[in-house]
Amino acid sequence: MKLLRAGTRAKCAVCETQIVVLRAMAAEAELTCGGVEMVGTDNPKTSQAHAAAAGPAPQIGKRYGNGADTVEILCTKSGTGALAVSGEVLVLKQAKALPSSD
Amino acid sequence: MNLVVALEMAAECHPQRVALSAGGLHLSYGDLLNAARAGAEVIRDAHVNVVGVLDTNSPAVPIALFAAAYAGVPYVPMNYRLTKVELEALLARITPALLVMGAPAIPALDIPEGIRIVQSEDFQRDAMASSPQAMSAPGSPHEVAIQLFTSGTTGKPKAAVLRHENIMSYLLGTVEFASAAVEDAILISVPPYHIAGISAVLSSTYAGRRMVQLPNFDPKTWLQVCRDERITNAFVVPTMLSRIIDELEQCGGEARLPSLRAIAYGGGKMPLCVIEQAMKHFPGVDFTNAYGLTETSSTICLLGPDDHRSAFESQDPLIRRRLTSVGKPVPTIELQVRGERGEALGTGQVGEIYVRGGQVAGEYLEQGSLLDSQGWFPTRDRGSVDDFGYVYLEGRADDLIIRGGENISPGEIEGVLLEHPAVSDAACVAVPDRDWGEAVGAVVVLKDRAATGETELQDWVKKHLRSSRVPTAIRFVDELPYNEMGKVLRRVLKQQFLGTVE
Repeated sequence: MKLLRAGTRAKCAVCETQIVVLRAMAAEAELTCGGVEMVGTDNPKTSQAHAAAAGPAPQIGKRYGNGADTVEILCTKSGTGALAVSGEVLVLKQAKALPSSD
Repeated sequence: MNLVVALEMAAECHPQRVALSAGGLHLSYGDLLNAARAGAEVIRDAHVNVVGVLDTNSPAVPIALFAAAYAGVPYVPMNYRLTKVELEALLARITPALLVMGAPAIPALDIPEGIRIVQSEDFQRDAMASSPQAMSAPGSPHEVAIQLFTSGTTGKPKAAVLRHENIMSYLLGTVEFASAAVEDAILISVPPYHIAGISAVLSSTYAGRRMVQLPNFDPKTWLQVCRDERITNAFVVPTMLSRIIDELEQCGGEARLPSLRAIAYGGGKMPLCVIEQAMKHFPGVDFTNAYGLTETSSTICLLGPDDHRSAFESQDPLIRRRLTSVGKPVPTIELQVRGERGEALGTGQVGEIYVRGGQVAGEYLEQGSLLDSQGWFPTRDRGSVDDFGYVYLEGRADDLIIRGGENISPGEIEGVLLEHPAVSDAACVAVPDRDWGEAVGAVVVLKDRAATGETELQDWVKKHLRSSRVPTAIRFVDELPYNEMGKVLRRVLKQQFLGTVE
């Protein structure tokens, strides 16, 4: 359990998933991918397999959030394990497409 | 989040896709990422606090932008059209700096101590020649990413500061990652020192849209490059669009740009007649009006293609006038119109526009943050919001004419003057007045072979507006002074009136 902070980057301890935290609640939480706690991007990968895989596989450029809309995560590298915060699987957030302005 | 994440993600997602074309050179996202990392090593070895850029659009520009972010120092593109004295003063304010200097006709500068110069071509070549180590983006998202000198009205340019968190907030809020098709290409013709030039690089990278650079705008070349490079998207300032239309009309009116799908415009007020003509010439093209400021990391309001079409086709004046609106705030921006005592105004009432959101930096190096305790930024733009939520701009607060305590917006008088059949261009400024403190002075450009006089135009304004709006003095000139972004230089006009009107 640790505080999630906006701007924190993390990777899956098992698969290729990498993320950055865009928004976080001010409370301790466990961020997992495939049921395994995510690690810092500079940390080595552990060889464990995913513990759980129910939920959408993270896709690069997509955003994922919890039901209360207190957490938002951007996937910066696609992987296979579903993202979850303290056991709650995060779902894909659909952004409204804007016309290109620059 | 450091802005290089945008490039890292693009290189991860489609490393082979072309990111940038310039002349015969094509750089993939993988190439651009390598060049940014190698460029960062050059910057680190120089032991500087800032990366300055004095160049037209060239491959060195986006490389330097991302390299500076990797090196953890601010990126400071500067206006190469400034005078020798102005440029030397700006350079003295960014030392110690590495200055990436390109081909534009810059007067021979006396380079201040603490500025190390690298030629743009050499910087680009060195960055592309080496195979750098993978490096992670440094620093906190609160670090300064970009510093842009504004053309301050009070004389000394202010250094607007944009942090990584502001830029990324804009990018994530307005651009869908990898949303561009593989054949998409954007023509970048705004100069690199303008916020639109910077956001074009970042948005295109994040969307995965190939950038094609135009070093110097002229309408003939713009049209030619659009055809040759199968351009699908373009961003222009109003003067560019108006010159493109003139060029089309001079050579028979056929645009012949089958690949062009979207034109976004901004950077200054778009005259109604120009956008109407543009929509006639490019019936299949999606037009988007983007309103933004340097201090807000670019776009805060958008008038999209559907709004353009419905306004263009409508007979209802309330809908028709939307073509002169800047649209609605983007979803990540809150907007408020406030009165003189700071009170929130209702729809239809004109006041100063305040905005709030993650992309709003509202900060200068010298003055610090201009955000209030709730995070609202005073844009100094005057405007109103209609019952449908569309935002209409009335000009800069600093351009207001205050006649006997009454606030007069130059825009409304200019609009009326422009409707006169003999007038091709007009600008109004405050002139000193013995009785009222200030009065309206108008500078007018007549159409070819048209004739009218001061009295006739005064009567014309009196017919349409209150008498306080009638210009006390009207001058006729061959053309109005504009800067390269299409903004009227009102200071110059004011000075011309000074001492000649009592």
